[in-house]
Amino acid sequence: MAEVKKNEEPRIGVFVCHCGTNIAGSIDVKEVMEYARTLPNVIVADDYQYMCSTPGQNKIAEAIDEQKLTGVVVAACSPRLHEPTFRNATKAGGLNPFRFEMANIREQNSWVHMHQPEEATAKAKDAVRIAVAKASLLEDLVPKSVPVEKAAMVVGGGVGGMQAALDLANAGIKTYLVEKSPTIGGRMSQLDKTFPTLDCSQCILTPKMVDVYRNEGIELLTYTEVEQVEGYIGNFDVTLRKKARGVITPEEAEARGIVGGGCTGCGDCVDVCPVIKPNPFELGMAPRKAIYIYHPQVSPLIYTVDFDACVKCGLCVEACGDKKAVDLEMKDELMNVKVGTVVLATGYDIFPIEKKFEWGYKNYDNVITSLEFERLICASGPTGGHLVRPSDGETPKRVAFVLCAGSRDNTGVGKPYCSRFCCMYSLKHAHQIIEKIPGVVPYIFYMDIRSFGKMYEEFYYRIQDEGAKFIRGRVANILEDPVTKNLHVNAEDTLLGRPIDMEVDMVVLAAAVQPTAETEKTRRLFGVSCSQDGWLLEAHPKLNPCGTTTAGVYLAGVCQGPKDIPDTVAQAEGAASAASIPIHRGEVELEPYFAQCIEEKCAGCGLCVNLCPYSALSLVEKDGRTVMQVTEAKCKGCGTCGGFCPGGAIWMQHFATPQIVAQIDAFLLGGEQ
Amino acid sequence: MADENWKPKIIAIICNWCSYAGADLAGGARIQYPPDIRAIRVMCTGRVDPLFILKAFQDGADGVLVSGCHFGDCHYLEGNYKAAKRMFLLKSVLKNIGLDDKRLRMTFVSASEGAKWGTVMEDVVKTINELGPSPLKEFAR
Ligand SMILES: Cc1cc2nc3c(=O)[nH]c(=O)nc-3n(C[C@H](O)[C@H](O)[C@H](O)COP(=O)(O)OP(=O)(O)OC[C@H]3O[C@@H](n4cnc5c(N)ncnc54)[C@H](O)[C@@H]3O)c2cc1C
Ligand code: SF4
Ligand code: SF4
Ligand code: FES
Repeated sequence: MAEVKKNEEPRIGVFVCHCGTNIAGSIDVKEVMEYARTLPNVIVADDYQYMCSTPGQNKIAEAIDEQKLTGVVVAACSPRLHEPTFRNATKAGGLNPFRFEMANIREQNSWVHMHQPEEATAKAKDAVRIAVAKASLLEDLVPKSVPVEKAAMVVGGGVGGMQAALDLANAGIKTYLVEKSPTIGGRMSQLDKTFPTLDCSQCILTPKMVDVYRNEGIELLTYTEVEQVEGYIGNFDVTLRKKARGVITPEEAEARGIVGGGCTGCGDCVDVCPVIKPNPFELGMAPRKAIYIYHPQVSPLIYTVDFDACVKCGLCVEACGDKKAVDLEMKDELMNVKVGTVVLATGYDIFPIEKKFEWGYKNYDNVITSLEFERLICASGPTGGHLVRPSDGETPKRVAFVLCAGSRDNTGVGKPYCSRFCCMYSLKHAHQIIEKIPGVVPYIFYMDIRSFGKMYEEFYYRIQDEGAKFIRGRVANILEDPVTKNLHVNAEDTLLGRPIDMEVDMVVLAAAVQPTAETEKTRRLFGVSCSQDGWLLEAHPKLNPCGTTTAGVYLAGVCQGPKDIPDTVAQAEGAASAASIPIHRGEVELEPYFAQCIEEKCAGCGLCVNLCPYSALSLVEKDGRTVMQVTEAKCKGCGTCGGFCPGGAIWMQHFATPQIVAQIDAFLLGGEQ
Repeated sequence: MADENWKPKIIAIICNWCSYAGADLAGGARIQYPPDIRAIRVMCTGRVDPLFILKAFQDGADGVLVSGCHFGDCHYLEGNYKAAKRMFLLKSVLKNIGLDDKRLRMTFVSASEGAKWGTVMEDVVKTINELGPSPLKEFAR
């Protein structure tokens, strides 16, 4: 397989695409096509309006058949877009699909040299010549099929991750749901109500949490993090760290031989624990003990010991009694799981809005964030649902809501993007205070209200009718009256064209959202890219918004970019469906770009063996000589070994040295000098 | 030697996952840059055999660009580290044979850095224009 077989005369067909005016607008397509006819090995050249259309593809298949072609070149858009299309067309014509080569004359030519038609045309000719040179040396390859592990993993147990896990499990796939915090639910469990329907967030979330917990197809792993990832689509080998939670479940108790033991969620331990810490779920506005649950609806209902705070007094162990659920000596455990596909749903964090110091967050008592507002207005929150001023516990009568706080901010301090849900939740907040506080006036400082979803604009009108006041203008600064702790909001009312200084009792900042601090670590573990703003990068912004460039890894929810709950759930269902396809098919085809050893040339030096990041290479004895051997199932085709072998003994399928050198020569030696 | 009609011949060998995708993104965004560079796609910069670069210079290339993912982002974990090491060594080889090592350049452009790709193109073309034709050109062929 590894020898260079060249006993056939190359017969190449070249097809140049106009792509409407996308290509033909700056490249003389006819000229490129005529030029192709003059190239060595080219038997036929043609051009067409849209090569990717059915008639375009038929041209390829027909030419292969009629002209007995051995290779096909299409000069069109990017191979990252249409290589699969034209490989299929090549296959339809009866030729091995890997006999196809693409010349990118759109993304990397006509679109970037729009006003230089001559140069663009010359560059397109070069690109065709380079592609023909490679196509003349291409060989038949057979993609390798590998079996797919019949299990999936979802990372992140917010509403997105929960939905993805439920869908996967309900499709009959064993699913591991990995959540780093002690409970599933994510941000949504911190919300009071949800726009625009105003249903109570916990009420619609809790049944889902229970479904997840009860679903036999889901193995729920809370307080667990991903430690290491190896392998590829079909066969991810994931190491998980189950953090020591200091409390065992009834199942774990049974395994330890403690009959009827394990945590029942009674909370007896909490009463006796002497350590008091701020509760992060309540954003520090309420206390919790060193042994805790976030809130009463947690799932699973198992307490957790915060070992950073715990003084190991042992009072909780005593209080727990015969249940013997508390184990203060518990250590982290590593576990290994094998899955075929992965969905990432790791959500978001709130931008540290104190960085916009002109608004005084953390400096002025009565300036809070919207997420703090959610907790304060929530009946199960730290104030029992009474919105009060942190400075004096009084009920505010004039509340300013500052939108785009840190969003759509090009000063370099905030985020350039729109956080997408703040307009809508601020309208919701205005409604909530009007409903709860007689005589209150919400003042909404906005740039423009983005009420883009179904029934969202109607919701906006409703809040206007309810009496909220809208002031179009960005807030310049906020100053505190040191005596009353009231706040002066300074802005320009851009509709009236005059500056305003408004005194209010409380300010709510609709702070931007940002990728979580661990996003960088997570994406590197799974080999996923991020966009410039740090959110995880989808495979294609329009046509593949749930996929990533790493086969077998999919995205759901805000980790891919800000989106509200309906969009998060929709994307999660999309990601789950995409993640289930390889599993249901049972096997995936890997591109056969494997390394091969050219044994006659191999000196058995073994230098390549250490270079391979996947340990795909080894030295073996063959016919009395030491030679390198490739384990195809491990080789991912990067070519690192092939780029190094001093003897040129490694044949990189589809990117072989003679093929690449032919491309270089074709460019530099082949054209007009 | 530098005749008026001289146009630089520059070859770029770029990885599929980051730089090629970044270059495609530049296209989508219609970022305009000089048309003097021809790209060859490989799966990873780790594939770049120093031989390819020497061959390109031998063939009369005025400049060679190798572009891949940022460190830590390589689709195959560390191909770009290995490539960077090789390029570093190769630069000293080039100096020894009397070529300005600025004619070989390695850059790191991610799939989301379309604008950066445009800047890299501008920059490489500018550098090579300043250096003029490769002294090896007359030996080509
Ligand atoms: C103040 C405020 C009000 C809002 N109001 C509304 C509203 O009324 N209606 C609406 O539709 N939307 C609203 N939203 C938006 C809503 O919060 C999001 O759309 C939703 O929470 C997104 O869900 P998610 O699953 O993508 O992320 P999250 O809810 O953030 O969940 C992510 C989960 O992943 C876990 N995780 C993160 N990293 C890791 C890791 N490395 N390993 C394991 N687990 C990890 C986290 O602990 C978390 O449980 C509001 C947002 C804010 C800030
Ligand atoms: S959603 Fe509204 S408030 Fe939020 S950033 Fe966008 S425009 Fe501003
Ligand atoms: S091509 Fe890459 S993955 Fe395959 S054997 Fe060589 S170094 Fe290893
Ligand atoms: S895949 Fe881009 S450098 Fe390795």
